[in-house]
Amino acid sequence: MKVEPIGGMARREFLKVGALIAAAVALPGKLWAAATKPDAAFAATDLNATFAALGQTPTESAGIIFTTPDIAENGAVVPIKIEVDEAVLSGVSRLYVMVEKNPNPMAAMFSVVEGSKPYIETRVKVAQTCNLYAVAENEEGFFMVSKETKVTLGGCGG
Amino acid sequence: MAGKIRIRAQLDGDTCEVKALMRHPMETGLRKDQAGEPIPANYIEEVTVTHNDKVVMHGYWGAAVSANPFLGVRFAGGEAGDKVTVSWRGNTGETGEGETTIR
Repeated sequence: MKVEPIGGMARREFLKVGALIAAAVALPGKLWAAATKPDAAFAATDLNATFAALGQTPTESAGIIFTTPDIAENGAVVPIKIEVDEAVLSGVSRLYVMVEKNPNPMAAMFSVVEGSKPYIETRVKVAQTCNLYAVAENEEGFFMVSKETKVTLGGCGG
Repeated sequence: MAGKIRIRAQLDGDTCEVKALMRHPMETGLRKDQAGEPIPANYIEEVTVTHNDKVVMHGYWGAAVSANPFLGVRFAGGEAGDKVTVSWRGNTGETGEGETTIR
């Protein structure tokens, strides 16, 4: 290859292609409120530190419908469901799931894109009997509901 | 290895309900194997659900989501035959994707 004469061009082409790829990757982020991963909240090792990392301790709200089992035989698979009564809590943009006594309480965070329902069903690990928290965020702040789940077999054992 | 995802998307009135089951070990990084060596963390960090290429739900997960994670979401405005995808990216850089059509 004749590197010398076309070296500059090749580099320019390369940069152009790179910029196009970067633009394509960034595009989905522009279509909805881009969220960055709240690393500090995920790394927090107790509930208060998790709330502090999010910026606010949530207030109790009847607008969140949190469905959890009262007793979980297997803490490794605890089904949970979060629904939001939009008549009480409107414009929810984020949903969080926290498990009080896990090594890191923050289990998951979801961005509710406009047009989709503030509704999440998933399964989480619960290390020991403790409270599970469903937290919803809208423009007015953070709201939560907590429920206790009794675990007969831990979720993080070997 | 890119994981497979089983997805079902079903219309219920004007709401589309998506259910996805991903195959993933979701290792927390806190467990040890039989020799006492720590098992490295390997979990899904980011999940995206799209409807006709528009993001309808996006999530960040920690290691506390159960192995072989299940995710159920709902969005408005779907029609039978529309494309729904669920994709994930793990903390190790691994990715997985699944696609289905609404019925």
